[in-house]
Amino acid sequence: MTPGIVTRADPAKRAMLLTALYVAQEQYGYLTPEAVERVADRLGMPPREVYDTATFYSMFRTKPAGKYVVQVCEGLSCHLAGGAENLLEYLQKQLRIKPGQTTRDGLFTLVTVQCLAACGSSPAMRVNDTLYDNLTFDQVDLILQELRGG
Amino acid sequence: MFEPILLKRTMLPRSETIDVYLANGGYQALQKALHEYTPQQLIDIVKASKLRGRGGAGFPAGLKWSFMPKDNVQKYLCVNTDEGEPGTFKDRVLIEKDPHQVIEGVVIAAYAVGASRAFVYIRGEFFLGVKRWIKAIADAYERGYLGENILGSGFSLDLTVHRGAGAYICGEETAMINSLEGRRGEPRLKPPYPAQAGYLSQPTLVHNVETLSNIPHIVLNGADWYASIGTEKSTGSKVFCVSGHVYRRGTYELPLGVSLRELIYEHAGGVPGNKKIKAVIPGGASTPLLTGDKLDVRMDFESLVAAGSALGTGAVIVMDEDTCMVDVARRTARFFAHESCGRCTPCRIGGQTILRILEAIEAGEGKPGDVERLQSLCDGIAGRTFCPMGDALVGPIRSSIALFADEYEDHIKHGGCRMTA
Repeated sequence: MTPGIVTRADPAKRAMLLTALYVAQEQYGYLTPEAVERVADRLGMPPREVYDTATFYSMFRTKPAGKYVVQVCEGLSCHLAGGAENLLEYLQKQLRIKPGQTTRDGLFTLVTVQCLAACGSSPAMRVNDTLYDNLTFDQVDLILQELRGG
Repeated sequence: MFEPILLKRTMLPRSETIDVYLANGGYQALQKALHEYTPQQLIDIVKASKLRGRGGAGFPAGLKWSFMPKDNVQKYLCVNTDEGEPGTFKDRVLIEKDPHQVIEGVVIAAYAVGASRAFVYIRGEFFLGVKRWIKAIADAYERGYLGENILGSGFSLDLTVHRGAGAYICGEETAMINSLEGRRGEPRLKPPYPAQAGYLSQPTLVHNVETLSNIPHIVLNGADWYASIGTEKSTGSKVFCVSGHVYRRGTYELPLGVSLRELIYEHAGGVPGNKKIKAVIPGGASTPLLTGDKLDVRMDFESLVAAGSALGTGAVIVMDEDTCMVDVARRTARFFAHESCGRCTPCRIGGQTILRILEAIEAGEGKPGDVERLQSLCDGIAGRTFCPMGDALVGPIRSSIALFADEYEDHIKHGGCRMTA
């Protein structure tokens, strides 16, 4: 590779970057320096470019998170329909953490997100890859209980 | 009563499966397209249908197809499934409930423009959508609707799913292409347009999910039939998403040109508590507000522009008389400030500054002159950003200040919001 600011990875390989980052995040839990190095190595890219791209996207984490990431929508539609703020408040109380924090047992991380495309069925939250909508507090209790047991 | 076209099958049980799709007219348009029409004839049909893009900009689809070079080079097609405009949830319904309708549209469009590879760029958060797409694509390959020599026509197409990873800006077509290439999802300078140099610098056709869902129906029933629905310049039906202060939030497919009043009162059931409507966002968070006395506006591209807003994605957010408009502006600004890709200064810094001022006003810390400051910031952003994101932020904020100036002054004068207190 010639020295310089611009580096050129094989375009077909580079196109795999987001997919590779998903795999790495799944294996390592978050994008650790080692995970970034491994992705960079496989795709023939400098690690800093991998890091540069990964940090652009909100779904890639460079810090550890709980086993279950609980995401609550703070968008306009959910707010108007009512219940979104109440849901967030309720989750903060039940989990005893604030948005951005992880429970001590490492089980839950609570975050607020922009639109979940569930404007027609709020209040809604997503736990990892599952969307729960039209939620009541009782249902939230059941979901948390299930996740704690599982 | 208007008979839904795009959402027709979504009411059926297991509507996402290929068997239900085939049992209800699925893939007949593809047979017809591949065996009865040349690519040029298909481009002409779509042009004659006057179908316009459903992702927000409303660009004529047939014209977009005709911009793709005719020469024998590698061409790509990209399905924009990066739905993230607040208030919008139509593409999610279309891909979760009727993915084959989109695939059929993809194959026909790819055949018309000569693309041999297609990608579905799907919003990273759409986990169920990803699963449905993967299954639908696998089934389409197995039955010969994708892959080599489709239906014996000699035309071949590969379709793969590419997951985004959380970035609203990737709904902009050049940002999406950068993301597909494994880069930061920052928009590219246009021209060149994707039809000239898109994915890997090759000609690329980018279409929204809803736009492509229309294609099989146009091919099957003809351009004249399609053009007879809706208005003269805004043809066809539109999947409207209604949310906020209405009884029945949800997706409603109606002809373009339906009145906002009919959509809200006849279909979405009206406003709870019989409250008055203070304002409506007619086309998603990036479209300017309309006041509650504008409900007779027709929901099509031209009428909404004439009314000072835009059709956008057709996402209608209804706000009743008790809604604090400063709070609405703050939430809108928070979204755009959060989603700014950070590449150019007016959007990156301007968005954050607007948000801070709106937060201060809402929290009772507003100062005289704040409204003028907001206006000046909007003037500094509008038309001065690299991509349409800057205008998307400014439109709703400007309209909010113009239409509800008294609420801003009230907040500043009385040290906060008297509506939520």
